[in-house]
Amino acid sequence: MDAQHLLKLTVNGRGVSEHVPPRTLLVDFLRERLGLTGTHVGCDTTQCGACTVHCDGQAIKSCTMLAVQADGCAITTIEGLHPEGRHPLQVSFREEHGLQCGFCTPGMVMAAAALLESVPSPTEAEVREALEGNLCRCTGYQPIIAAVLAAAAKGGGEQ
Amino acid sequence: MRGFAYSRPGTLSDILDRLAEDTEARPLAGGMTLLPTLKQRLSAPSELVDLAGVPLLAEIEEDEGELVIGAMATHASVAASPLVNQLLPGLARLARHIGDAQVRNRGTIGGSVANNDPAADYPAALLASGAAVVTDRRELPADDFFTGLFDTALEPGELVLSVRFPLNRRLAYAKFRHPISGYAMAGVCVAGDADAWRVAVTGAGPGVFRLHDLEVRLSDRLDARAAETVDIPPGELISDFHAPSLYRAQLVRVMAGQAIAELIAPSGSTAG
Repeated sequence: MDAQHLLKLTVNGRGVSEHVPPRTLLVDFLRERLGLTGTHVGCDTTQCGACTVHCDGQAIKSCTMLAVQADGCAITTIEGLHPEGRHPLQVSFREEHGLQCGFCTPGMVMAAAALLESVPSPTEAEVREALEGNLCRCTGYQPIIAAVLAAAAKGGGEQ
Repeated sequence: MRGFAYSRPGTLSDILDRLAEDTEARPLAGGMTLLPTLKQRLSAPSELVDLAGVPLLAEIEEDEGELVIGAMATHASVAASPLVNQLLPGLARLARHIGDAQVRNRGTIGGSVANNDPAADYPAALLASGAAVVTDRRELPADDFFTGLFDTALEPGELVLSVRFPLNRRLAYAKFRHPISGYAMAGVCVAGDADAWRVAVTGAGPGVFRLHDLEVRLSDRLDARAAETVDIPPGELISDFHAPSLYRAQLVRVMAGQAIAELIAPSGSTAG
């Protein structure tokens, strides 16, 4: 039943080859097998978005994707966004006070990064819509929206 | 989640073979419903047969006067498709407002249709526009395909391959989203042409259904006010702690009015 499955994918630009049981969730693979604990598990029910990573450039919720489904894909996590953690979004989240406890932040940043990739200069409404699948229980969202707009103004999508 | 085997065949015939060989195997599309179901142990398939190995299943094309959307087309790809935006813009708008951005990047039209969640958006579009579901065995009109709560006419091992939407029709969809879950508490799709309009309701009942009374009222002309007094048998609607059936009936009237108004005076990309 739980036969191991050979999984080959790219994570943050690095080739990875591992055997996993098919029921391993992508987020668990990233956190527990690869030690990339920047991706968080909030709800485990596809609602909170804390587990958001990029799969072939698209924002997805890694708690609702099997690791084996990512076979052959390129995954980017918060650790891979910028080598020193200074992606324009990460800088603007700090400057605009876009985080308090920080639990939702990796997912917020990854969802926002996907938006800025396709829409470099979004309207406020577009930012709100793009972050609809990400929950924050501290900030009241206003500083997060401000942070994304600030990063866009600084050319955050032009990485 | 209980253990299961996993395969990602590279051809459709291999997919169908695996599903035929093992009646406990299940096709895996985007997994937006199936994976949460597995986590809750509401389902324990022996094997997940991933459809992602056959890119043909995700294609969107025009064929013999119909818009054909492959079962594996994601909500995001339908929303962004130039062809859908040109031929059936109301459907692209509907897809743009399913779930959230991350869910739209994974969830598929085939999965939505085969699952037939009573609050899913696509079933209303299929039923209102008179679309057909193409499987590996047959082509079924939406009227025959959706048979009730999470129920369809699909037989064991039968796989949805695509959905065919007739063209030269217009479609508008309006939904009232639950403020927390985002699911439609009432969604109404009105589709057709000057000769005949069909109205389908999702979210408010145990499954998608047509609002025949309103269809008759619209046969003379499109009039948003026709929805205000439409007769909706309360027995057909859900009553739960989110909303009693009388409230849902009123939501259906208001959403129907909004969809009709959108057909009369399209508001462009801001509509939804």
